[in-house]
This record gives sequence, structure tokens and C-alpha cells, in this order.
Amino acid sequence: MNVRFALPPLTLGALALSGCVANDAAAEDAVSVSSTADGCSLSATTAPSGSIVFDVTNDGDDVTEFYLLADDGLRIITEVENVGPGLSRELVAQVPAGDYITSCKPGMVGDGIQAAFTVTDSGAEVGPTGEIGDQLQAAADQYLLYVRDQVATLDQKTTAFLDAYTAGDDDAARQMYADTRVHWERIEPVAEAFGDLDPSMDLREADLADGEAWTGWHNIEKNLWPPADGYELTDAERQALADKLSIDTADLVSRVNADDFSIDAFQIGNGAKSLLDEVASGKITGEEEIWSHTDLWDFQANIDGASVAFGVLRPVVEQTDPDLVAELDARFDAVQTLLTAQGSVEDGFTYYDDLTEDQVQELSRAVDALGEPLSQLTAAAVL
Amino acid sequence: MTHDEQPDPSTPVDSSEDLGVQAPSAKRTGLSRRAALGVTGAAVGTAAIAGSGGFALGRATAPKVETRSYEFLGAHQSGIVTSQQDRMHFASFDVTTSSRDELVALLRRWTQAAATLMAGSELGSGAAGGNYAAPPDDTGEALDLAASKLTITFGFGPTLFEKDGVDRFGLAGKRPEQLIDLPKFAGDTLDPKFVGGDICIQACADDPTVAVHAIRNLSRIAFGAAAIKWSQLGFGRTSSTTSDQVTPRNFMGFKDGTHNMRAEETELVNKWLWAQGDDGQEWMNGGSYLVARRIRILAEIWDRTSLGEQEDLVGRTKGTGAPLSGGGEFTDPDFDLAGSDGEPLIATDSHVSIAHPDHNDGAAMLRRGYNFTDGADDLGRLDAGLFFLAYVRDPRTQFVPIQERMARADIMTVEYLRTTGSALFAVPPGLPMGSELGPDGAYIGQQLFA
Repeated sequence: MNVRFALPPLTLGALALSGCVANDAAAEDAVSVSSTADGCSLSATTAPSGSIVFDVTNDGDDVTEFYLLADDGLRIITEVENVGPGLSRELVAQVPAGDYITSCKPGMVGDGIQAAFTVTDSGAEVGPTGEIGDQLQAAADQYLLYVRDQVATLDQKTTAFLDAYTAGDDDAARQMYADTRVHWERIEPVAEAFGDLDPSMDLREADLADGEAWTGWHNIEKNLWPPADGYELTDAERQALADKLSIDTADLVSRVNADDFSIDAFQIGNGAKSLLDEVASGKITGEEEIWSHTDLWDFQANIDGASVAFGVLRPVVEQTDPDLVAELDARFDAVQTLLTAQGSVEDGFTYYDDLTEDQVQELSRAVDALGEPLSQLTAAAVL
Repeated sequence: MTHDEQPDPSTPVDSSEDLGVQAPSAKRTGLSRRAALGVTGAAVGTAAIAGSGGFALGRATAPKVETRSYEFLGAHQSGIVTSQQDRMHFASFDVTTSSRDELVALLRRWTQAAATLMAGSELGSGAAGGNYAAPPDDTGEALDLAASKLTITFGFGPTLFEKDGVDRFGLAGKRPEQLIDLPKFAGDTLDPKFVGGDICIQACADDPTVAVHAIRNLSRIAFGAAAIKWSQLGFGRTSSTTSDQVTPRNFMGFKDGTHNMRAEETELVNKWLWAQGDDGQEWMNGGSYLVARRIRILAEIWDRTSLGEQEDLVGRTKGTGAPLSGGGEFTDPDFDLAGSDGEPLIATDSHVSIAHPDHNDGAAMLRRGYNFTDGADDLGRLDAGLFFLAYVRDPRTQFVPIQERMARADIMTVEYLRTTGSALFAVPPGLPMGSELGPDGAYIGQQLFA
């Protein structure tokens, strides 16, 4: 499985005044912007404070950008990038009364074509404008610590697991398998973002094409829980699998600890959504751990990771969309209650093939009920 | 015979000819459904179709039924470059007889029945006529309906030539090298009940009852010689096969098939669609190869994906279908145009970038797919997606390499699609105009058995 973080990270500083959700600003009130090679024409040069919608159309031949800047011409209130020729993009921002500058940047170079823009006081309540940029940075810092901590534990436990596996102590290896993978599953979207590591470490048999080499956790899983018709590996084959997984894990450790590795709020929010997608597409169907049936460990870990992502973004979303926070709290609780009824990471869970159809359906519905509002988290936090 | 000596089967025949003028050589035994019922008149929405002459009498407000019918005979089978209809019933059959003669007899029955059905006529002695002590020859549910642009297309699967090492019908030596056993692609989660088959029948029409009626009756006259292995209903075409059709949307909400090959693109069609005699098997001259894939969309998960990511994954805007490099729907994508971060506006792992002919040695496919919904799965999630149908001259170079790239690198495919069914068929050429049909007459696939 491979999830990418789709959009270029936004500059956190750019969010200082614009951290709010899209809303019900009527479309007819939108300010249309036409960006051409030498022009940046707006349908209005003034708008009432509150939610302002810019409908940006690129009528030129080059890729363009549109900015709303503070009156110093430097601080970015909100922006839209990478609008191809002929395309339109809608931009929504919470803007308090004051003087601003609009700027189109055809060709994405230079200072752009700037003009004054006035936001009058409408009396309407304007969304939070203060500390959100700082809070998002704090969220990113906290989440990075979490990722590094989980990867460090993964590395330690993987070493112990592989020692048992290569020593032929299959009972011990089976005992450690699911508990070790929990630390991978909690931060899986981060590992997936590296692209090459995920297929090497976590590919399932169903994901293989004809003739493709199979490395990583799930080949070992099949070896430890062989299907009825038998699945044997030689000691040398076991050693090769272990060596490869060990190298890949060490690689993951060094990548997330690199000085230039960072995660922004956008990626955190999307990562939470991806974790729920993982549950909905793989764990709830028993496909992820098809030999060991330890899907509920992975399930719990995915929920843990999503919950941490929500937690670090929570101070921001409490300001931008408190209803969403309340809904997510309730939905996380509902999923956790169902999971707790089946066990815990510490004491072990029910194996997937021992769940009844009704239990699987109940879990599935709770995951869908959480996944839907969770998909709103990114927009509530950063847009 | 080459494919351009014959009338283009994509041109509809006017419905007024249902009374028997159309395709006289087809020797239909059936009754025109509308003639039998005395239904008059029909509103046809397309100005390009000639009026129905003196036929449209007697009603001030004509019923909104699609009366157009397509010619069964022609250099190519209908239902390939034919302007794509809105509904489909596809069936894959196991041949249950081991007798070559019975197989040929079945193909003759099917051929004659297909011509009759396409003309909008009743089979045999009809649905409400015939011997009172016998069941009607035609099942009857299409009685009040017109031809509805029905096309019926036959194809032969690899197992018709050889199954489990047995050459049941003496055809093993005639299996085209293009008719491969499709490889397992990364992420394929095939359900055996949607895989393969000895013979396929694709029935497409603008009315779902007409399409189902066709498969039902063709299945009925096959009992003892062939039986349905699996079938798929489709609604909502997901491709355009002629230039005058608006690009439809698939279940992901995006326009699908913007860059599809069109019937009018003669050069492309000749290069990428029609098998030629010197491709290896002379009997396939004027035929094509049909790839059928049942692709489930993980709809609930896709629906939770932000608009920005959806557009990035596809490489086009959701609204107009324009490539993210700009322009309108039909503007060629510019895969080099970069955004502010220096990365291409159309991501290299987007669907349009992976699947575009420019990145596949120019290889194109004539896609003819349909949306499908088979209700919900055990978890209450939509069992819905795209029934992908594509006609190609050589699957080895036009489908397999593109699918291998998509299955590995196209994130939309990897994350949100699951292929649950898969089959490949050799679609033989059509029958020449003037062919006589019947118990000793011409039949689809006759070149193979010659």
C-alpha cells in the first residue's frame, strides 16, 4: 500500500491569518480574479470582513499564482499556487477588516502584479487569526517526536523478533510478530511517503505481480503461519528475509531522524485519513494479516496513530471547528469501545478469523463513521 | 477482405426499415416487435437520423423510445466502433458440449438470433404467437420495446482452443499468439467466479431490458451446448467511441475516456484496433481482442479524499476534465509544465501520466466500459465500479504493459481500485454483407472452423 502526501506543504507562516474552514459564503459574493500575462483584474477591490471567496481563473498562457498579502506586501494571508492556463481554482479565507494587497504572479516569478484591496468591517465574527501558525508548528514538532519514538521502538522490537526467527524459535517469533508491527502500523503513512520502503517491507502476497520478488513482514508471516498445504523456507532464505527487513528498518530509522526530515500539519491530517483508509480497506476485511489473523493489532495501531494526529491538531481545530472536535471525540470513543471488547495490544486481541460476521460489521460501521468526519480534519486544520 | 470495403457498422440504420427492408440478406425469420404490436411512431432525438417516413402516424405525442437499429452484417462485428450505447449485459459462457459439430450449430443459432434481435424482431414464432401448447420462442419482455440500438458481439476465450491441456474442438493450432493467458497484475484480487470463459457475448443497447432480453434468449438457445459461467450488467457508458458523444463520468466522478480512440480516427483504428491477416492467424483478419476487467472502486474511501488529492491522482480537474497543465478537456496534457516547486503540474504518478499513449510507445486502446453496481458487500459497502472493456489489436503490447505500469505506479489504481474479474477474448471479424444466415448458413467465427 502506498499513500502519498498529495500537495506541496504549505508554508506554516503563511497560515497565520487564514486558518479557517471553507464555509457558506455565497458564491455570488465571490471575487473573481482573472490572471493574464500582464494583468490581474478583480471583479471588486473591496469585500466585507469574514469569509472571502476568490474565484481565480488563469486567462494567461503561463502557470500562475494568486496571493492576498498584508499591507506590507510581504506577509501572505492566503494563496493559491500552480493554476494551469485556462483553469480556475476557488480560494476561501477568513479575513478581518483592513488594507491588503492582491497579487497575481504569471510565470511564478517576480513580485507579481499587485493592487490594493480593502476589507471593510462587516461586523461579522471573523475566525481565529492569532496563534494558529504557532500552534500548527507545535503540532508538527510533537508529531515528529511521536514518529521518531515509534520508529525507534520498531527497530528494537524488530531486532528481537528477527533474532528469534533466524534462531528457529518460531513460537517466540509468533508471539512477537503482531506486537512489533504495532509500531509500524501507527506511523505507516510516514513510512509510505518514502515510496520505496513500504513495498519492500510491507507488501502483501496479493500485491505481487507475476515474477516479483517478495520481501518483508508478510513473507515472514506466511512462513510462521504456513497455510494448510505447507510453506517452507530454508535457513538461508529465512536469513535473507531477516537481513533485508533489518536493513530496511535501519534505513527508516535514519530517514526519520535526518535533520531535514519534517512533517507539516497538512501531512499529519492526511496521514490520519490514510490510517483510517488502511483500516477500512485492509484490516476490516482480514486481508492485511491473512496468515496470522492478527489484524486487530494493526487495526488498533492505525487508530492509535490517527488519534495522535488528531490530538496534536486538536488545539487548532478547537478554534476553527469545535463541532468537528466533539464529533471526532465521540467517534474515536465508539471505535475504541468495540476494540477494547476484543482485547488490547498488551494482552492480545481476538484473532480476525474468530470474529463473528456481526462483530466485523459493527467494527466496519464504526470505522466508516469515524473516517467520514476524520476526512474533514485537514481542511479544518490548515485551510 | 479488408475492413474498409464494407459499410461502417457505427452508422445506425433507420428504424423504419424494421419492417424487413433492413438487412434483407439476413433472412430473419422473426417478426418486427413493433409491427407485431402495431405500435406506431417513435421520437428519435438525433437529427442526423432520417425521419421514419410514413411509419410515424397516428400519435400526436410519440413515445420516447430509441428505435434505431444497427446492421448485423459487416466486415467487423457490431458493438466495437459502434457509437457506445448506455446499457450493457455481458456474459461469459462455458462450452459444455465436447462436439465440434454441436459447437458450430450453436454458433449458427446464435448468429441468426443475434441478427434478429438486433433488428428489434421477435425470435422464432414470437413471444405471443406460435403453438399454444408450446412455450413461446421469444421470452417476450422486449415486446413493447424497439431495437434500442442493440449490438451483439461474440468473442472466443483461450479455453475454447485448449482447456486443461485438452484440444476439445481441434482448434489448438489456430489459437492466436495474441490471445494470451493474462498475467497476474500487482494488486489483482480476482474472484474466480468472474474470470475467463470459452465464449463471451457483449450485448449493448440503450434500453436495459433489450440488452438483458438478448443475453437471456441467447443463453436459452445454448442450453446443452453452452452455459453462462458469469455475467455482468452495466449501466452508464464510461467511454465515448465516436466524436459526437459527450465524455461520460465514471464512479470516481471524473470524465473517463477523454483520450479514447474514436471510430473516425481511421489511421489509429487500423493501427491499434483491427487484427490483420498477417498478424499470425488469417481467420482473425478484421477482428480484434477484447479485454474485460471487473474493477471495483473503493467508493467509500475515495469519497473521503480531498478534491485537491483526487485531481492530483487523476491528473485532471474534476469539473471540466482539463489536464492540470491547463486548457480544456481536449487540450493535450503538458507533462513537462512545472509548478512553483519545480515538479510537473501533472504528477508523474497520476493516472493520466501513467496511462497516456505518449508514455506507452503511442499504444492506444478502444475503451468501451460501463459503470456497474452489484448492490452492496457483506459490510454494507457499495460493490460498484467500472466494467472495463477495451478492444485492441494486440493485448501483449497495448494492454499488458500499460496495466503493469498502472498496477505498480498509478496511485489511484493502487489505492482505490481492486480488480475482481478478468478475461480476454479473440473477437472474430464480421460476416460479409449478403451472407445467408440459418441452419446451414454463415455464422460468426466461421473462418476459425473453416
